[in-house]
Amino acid sequence: MNRWEISISVTHPHVCAELSLHFKILLLILFGKAPRSCNPENLFGLAVLSKHPLNPPPPPPRLLYKRLVWEPLNEKRCAYFQAFSLSLSLRHDDLKEMLDSNKDSLKLEAMKRIVAMIARGKNASDLFPAVVKNVACKNIEVKKLVYVYLVRYAEEQQDLALLSISTFQRGLKDPNQLIRASALRVLSSIRVTIIVPIMMLAIKEAASDMSPYVRKTAAHAIPKLYSLDPEQKDQLIEVIEKLLADKTTLVAGSVVMAFEEVCPERIDLIHKNYRKLCNLLIDVEEWGQVVIINMLTRYARTQFLNPNMNESLLEEGSDKTFYGSDEDEDEEEEEKEKKAEAPMAKRKPYVMDPDHRLLLRNTKPLLQSRNAAVVMAVAQLYFHLAPKVEVGVIAKALVRLLRSHSEVQYVVLQNVATMSIKRRGMFEPYLKSFYIRSTDPTQIKVLKLEVLTNLANETNISTILREFQTYIKSMDKDFVAATIQAIGRCATNIGEVRDTCLNGLVQLLSNRDELVVAESVVVIKKLLQMQPEKHSDIIKHMAKLTDNIQVPMARASILWLIGEYCEHVPKIAPDVLRKMAKSFTNEEDIVKLQIINLAAKLYLTNSKQTKLLTQYVLNLAKYDQNYDIRDRARFIRQLIVPTEKSGALSKYAKKLFLALKPAPVLESPFKDRDHFQLGSLSHLLNAKAGGYQELPDWPEAAPDPSVRNVEVPEWTKCSSREKRKEKRVEKPFYSDSEGESGPTESADSGSLNGLCRLVLCEQSSEEEERKHQRKSDQQKSDSESESDEESDSESSQSESDDSDSEDPVCNNRKHKCIDSCFKHSCVYSLVLCLQNISPCSALKSYELLHRIRGEGLSVEYCFSRQPFSPDGNMVAVQMQFTNNATSEAKNLHMEDVKLQSGMRVKEFPEIELLPAGETATAVMGIDFCDSTQAANFQLCTHTRKFFVSIQPPVGELMRPVFLTENEFKKEQGQLMGMNEITEKLTLDAKCRNEHTIVQRVTTAANLSRVPCGSDKEFAGRTVTSGSLVLATVATKEGGAAQLTVNCEKMVIGTMLVKDVLLALTQ
Amino acid sequence: MLMFPSDSLITSFVYSMSALPPFKPVTSYWFRLSQNGQNELLCFPSPASPPPAAMIHSLFLINASGDIFLEKHWKSVVSRSVCDYFFEAQERASEPENVPPVIPTPHHYLISVLRHRIYFVAVIQSEVPPLFVIEFLHRVVDTFQDYFGVCTEAAIKDNVVVVYELLEEMLDNGFPLATESNILKELIKPPTILRTMVNTITGSTNVGEQLPTGQLSVVPWRRTGVKYTNNEAYFDVVEEIDAIIDKSGSTITAEIQGVIDACVKLTGMPDLTLSFMNPRLLDDVSFHPCVRFKRWEAERILSFIPPDGNFRLLSYHVSSQNLVAIPVYVKHNITFREGSSQGRFDLTLGPKQTMGKAVEAVLVSSQLPRGVLNANLNASQGTYTFDPVTKMLTWDVGKINPQKLPSLKGSMNLQAGASKPDENPTINIQLKIQQMAISGLKVNRLDMYGEKYKPFKGIKYMTKAGKFQVRT
Repeated sequence: MNRWEISISVTHPHVCAELSLHFKILLLILFGKAPRSCNPENLFGLAVLSKHPLNPPPPPPRLLYKRLVWEPLNEKRCAYFQAFSLSLSLRHDDLKEMLDSNKDSLKLEAMKRIVAMIARGKNASDLFPAVVKNVACKNIEVKKLVYVYLVRYAEEQQDLALLSISTFQRGLKDPNQLIRASALRVLSSIRVTIIVPIMMLAIKEAASDMSPYVRKTAAHAIPKLYSLDPEQKDQLIEVIEKLLADKTTLVAGSVVMAFEEVCPERIDLIHKNYRKLCNLLIDVEEWGQVVIINMLTRYARTQFLNPNMNESLLEEGSDKTFYGSDEDEDEEEEEKEKKAEAPMAKRKPYVMDPDHRLLLRNTKPLLQSRNAAVVMAVAQLYFHLAPKVEVGVIAKALVRLLRSHSEVQYVVLQNVATMSIKRRGMFEPYLKSFYIRSTDPTQIKVLKLEVLTNLANETNISTILREFQTYIKSMDKDFVAATIQAIGRCATNIGEVRDTCLNGLVQLLSNRDELVVAESVVVIKKLLQMQPEKHSDIIKHMAKLTDNIQVPMARASILWLIGEYCEHVPKIAPDVLRKMAKSFTNEEDIVKLQIINLAAKLYLTNSKQTKLLTQYVLNLAKYDQNYDIRDRARFIRQLIVPTEKSGALSKYAKKLFLALKPAPVLESPFKDRDHFQLGSLSHLLNAKAGGYQELPDWPEAAPDPSVRNVEVPEWTKCSSREKRKEKRVEKPFYSDSEGESGPTESADSGSLNGLCRLVLCEQSSEEEERKHQRKSDQQKSDSESESDEESDSESSQSESDDSDSEDPVCNNRKHKCIDSCFKHSCVYSLVLCLQNISPCSALKSYELLHRIRGEGLSVEYCFSRQPFSPDGNMVAVQMQFTNNATSEAKNLHMEDVKLQSGMRVKEFPEIELLPAGETATAVMGIDFCDSTQAANFQLCTHTRKFFVSIQPPVGELMRPVFLTENEFKKEQGQLMGMNEITEKLTLDAKCRNEHTIVQRVTTAANLSRVPCGSDKEFAGRTVTSGSLVLATVATKEGGAAQLTVNCEKMVIGTMLVKDVLLALTQ
Repeated sequence: MLMFPSDSLITSFVYSMSALPPFKPVTSYWFRLSQNGQNELLCFPSPASPPPAAMIHSLFLINASGDIFLEKHWKSVVSRSVCDYFFEAQERASEPENVPPVIPTPHHYLISVLRHRIYFVAVIQSEVPPLFVIEFLHRVVDTFQDYFGVCTEAAIKDNVVVVYELLEEMLDNGFPLATESNILKELIKPPTILRTMVNTITGSTNVGEQLPTGQLSVVPWRRTGVKYTNNEAYFDVVEEIDAIIDKSGSTITAEIQGVIDACVKLTGMPDLTLSFMNPRLLDDVSFHPCVRFKRWEAERILSFIPPDGNFRLLSYHVSSQNLVAIPVYVKHNITFREGSSQGRFDLTLGPKQTMGKAVEAVLVSSQLPRGVLNANLNASQGTYTFDPVTKMLTWDVGKINPQKLPSLKGSMNLQAGASKPDENPTINIQLKIQQMAISGLKVNRLDMYGEKYKPFKGIKYMTKAGKFQVRT
């Protein structure tokens, strides 16, 4: 990077001459001489002439120097610009002019060019005043680009940046939520300390904004403000606390992110929100999921007990790493003793906290995420928090990630390597997924090798070794070297194959590739150290290799081996020393040191033969260039050669040199890496990264679990309808159809809140229970373990219920709130009754059984639109039986009800006798589960059976609710998007007045009109799930009208539109 | 590399101090230095100050020849000199893909991905799950590809403003904001030839004129107000066979990795369900977020409201326990004789277990040993090339005719005097089989709820070789 680009653009052609002079001077100042490619005369050819030749002359040259842009040039561009291209900041004049113009298109063009400059890393800061003027520009495109510029340069031009603030402050008050959000986003991105109070205020306001999107932006702004001014921490924590209580999935991820950045130590803020976060998790966007899971891992480590603590007592050693070295075993034994001494008696049998179970259960589906980061986050959560027997589930998901991009593979393999040391069994079934392909990048190969080595045991070692044999033939020599090391590790760890491995390695010694041989020598050396006496022939073989192997490390290893075990090869050793003495001067330093060692050892064991040789070597070493070697030689001479002056040490020389040396332990570099949280950057680097939060150890005794109970909301403040509404809002999008809220409820059921809710929404929870039942049935057939787990946790939850009710205070409160619930539900049904009076006028009746088919018995039914008293979830069906026959009918009842799953029927009481010509009515209830599926059953008399079915029009699946217009508008606002269906229509000529429209709509659907509404608005709730159904008919001139239906249940909405449309157009 | 602040900077500093009485010097850094005409911060003070709150601080795009051709900062500017650490690592790595994805430097960490010969280098300053960053970078590349059709240096440079706008939307303060392609497309219109022309004439950009509502809806992955005249939904079931075949032709490991890619162009808010004849085949699945997980768990039915346009609905895995059918066999004889500078090369391909379907687009490639100078071969079908520099042999076979099996025979010349290479090359095979999913997976039916029109539905099956290797 020794080339420089000097760019000058010139406004006046005639200034060029003058400039070039200054240019020469400049270059002289800078380089002492003009550099090779500098030919100022050439400059003119390349000088970029401005389009505006009549601009004022440039500022005096002295100023210019300062503004020159210096930038290292890469080779390629140098080729383009053999000389210099010129561009001075003066070039920006035209940009400034464009920005000042009145035309948006010019401004836009200018901003585009500026953004392109920023992207290339060019400095555009001098345009700040010109750009900032446009912050209030009406054109949204220009505005956006100005924001980009502002965020980039505001920090450098603080005082000018302040000019833009008022625009954003105005934006914060805009009625459009998106504009509010974007104003807050830019305002908080401007890193100017002076506006901290403004930002603080804006964040606080936005945190209580109606729109969840704005609240999300507020959560994003918190860490920005914190990094700008850490002193705001306390105030920010208040905001975080408020946002943590937010119930929307949109906000959850962002606020936890803010929490992690600002106050990760304030774990107490999480207690109350823990269950909510667990339940929301699946609906949070993927990036938020990662952050929340990581935070909850830490939380769980502080709040729950170690699920493996009993196992670790009982099954100690069973899962112990196979090749745990002796040292390890000792340690473990010590541990065992320690544990055995202390707690056995004290420790109660472990029962998993239901909240702990909740976390595990709710994160498990996320293993199926398409996002590798989410999968990894769940995997580490299970690894750190789950009972040993359950950790296995993550293996499959992790193995799946191995088919992703190589960077993902790299990170996942690092984590698998760590996990496979602790939980080998988990990955054993996937052994083959770690086989190496020749096309893998080397770093992936090495990691896979590591995992394979960790997974090796007596049963699979032969397959693994066969696989290794293929790898040794690879062209990638680094990888071959790693394979040899891996073989060495397998050999040390698994005694049975040690000889096989050794033989294999010895064969490699005749390999043509020197690196391979060298690596083998090093590994063999380590292996031989374990049982030297058995392998003197290998040592002899290796001694012969000294003639051929040139790699210093290998030579040194061989020499060390011979020296160390010279007693096993008494004849060869002196000869080797003789050869080495000859080549001593040409050897590498490490080899020289080993020659000295060898000489010393031989001198001590076999001084007769080697005395002279040793002397010779030591003399050579004495004059070596390397001081280490000179020192070593001097030291050894003093130690081994007896002289008058030699001290007491020489007596022990033999002991010193030929002491028994412990065999080296070949250990995985991933051992003990799991003290870092898996999946973290620190784990990957095996070093603590800045901002890393330690994973706390499990507590000895569990902290009070009741802190997570959510307090009962004040009922005076919270009317039942509000409560319902809230519930609906917090319900995640997809949950309606699959009873997802089942676990939500049951999770809360430990708390009082949940209980109240249960009472309040009796019908719906019953319904959910039923669904639950159904689900667990299905699951049972799916997998035994799953349902076991489910029921386990449920029972433990009910246990916690019991313990709750023991507390008298709690009990009182519970009663109180149940009372108030009842009160509210009474009021509620009262409202319902009032509403129900109106639409009954025109009930349409349908035929159930024609008198011909029914042999005289005819049955008609209608939907009475009255609440069905035995079960609020059911639609009341009023049936009218007419006996047209001549004989009486007896025992009218129903049988053999065939229903779609989830549906229920409350049969009508048996009509014992229906005399000829008489009519009787009966009411039955059907829970259609908010679907228009027919209920099929048999209608039986004492003689005959008739197959009949009742299919409800969609309009009957709902019941009216009372909403004020404001409430209506608000609810409607929350049911936008896919929940809203709009249809244009032309009203039937007969039904253009308001009254008829209302009548027709209420006939078609069991809805009630919103009083005093400007349009014709109708509201209701579906019978089973209580989802709001809102309909609006807006009339225009000439019979044109528009029908809008808002309903969470899209199928119902669509069908309702169809029906109402029909009613209004016919 | 300490440099002295230039005069102008000091004056502006002093100026701001005097002009604004309550001005408090920024505490998060000590020195502001001027280099390249930019101000940058060099060192962070005491550890007591909070870690800079940003997951991804900056992004640099580096091409194959080592130019930084785009940079974007979400917080204060990080000097490009930080990339020198990356270049160092790049030099050390023998192959481009061997650059470690995570590189620690004194003050930062560099996390990079390599796609389309471009390195996307993210600068981070504190602990963050590395996969989080890697996954995000890949998402950025996918988005570029989605927008520009290709993700090359030229495409990025041509669309630098759109790229910048995208990056601005995707990350807020270093934390992902909008990564769903449907949402982004509502915010920033992708460039098309027509739009580029219109833009040049009218001078508008690709920024959406209307404020998007998608982010606020309950279906965050689908844009609202979708309208098509032809309503169509296409699903491609693509399966890849990953296998290692050993010398003798027996399968060491084989797995099937499948995906269902969808192209859904339906008006309004359709709610689709897709069911399989044999869903139990799927061993391990991962879903697009739109799929209702519970429904899958309970009924093995994919129920979802699709995003608009192209997306990957599902990827799945059929485990190696089920016997995986291997569609082709390879007969090979690659030998080098000791003492001779010649080697023999003999390769024959044949179909095996293809259920009567033709094996097409077969491409064989093999990395020959370094000692091979050139190859003198004869292909019975298709053409072969040998690159003497990379020693890569490629044989484009085309379709396999079961009556006349394609073969490649001939000799290889070794360097004179070089000893016999002791490694044997592996053979990589690519192939395609149309209209068949090798696992036998079959889609049963596709139903649509929530909309009234009848959509056109299409389903296509295809089998490909993934990482299919034959060891010799």
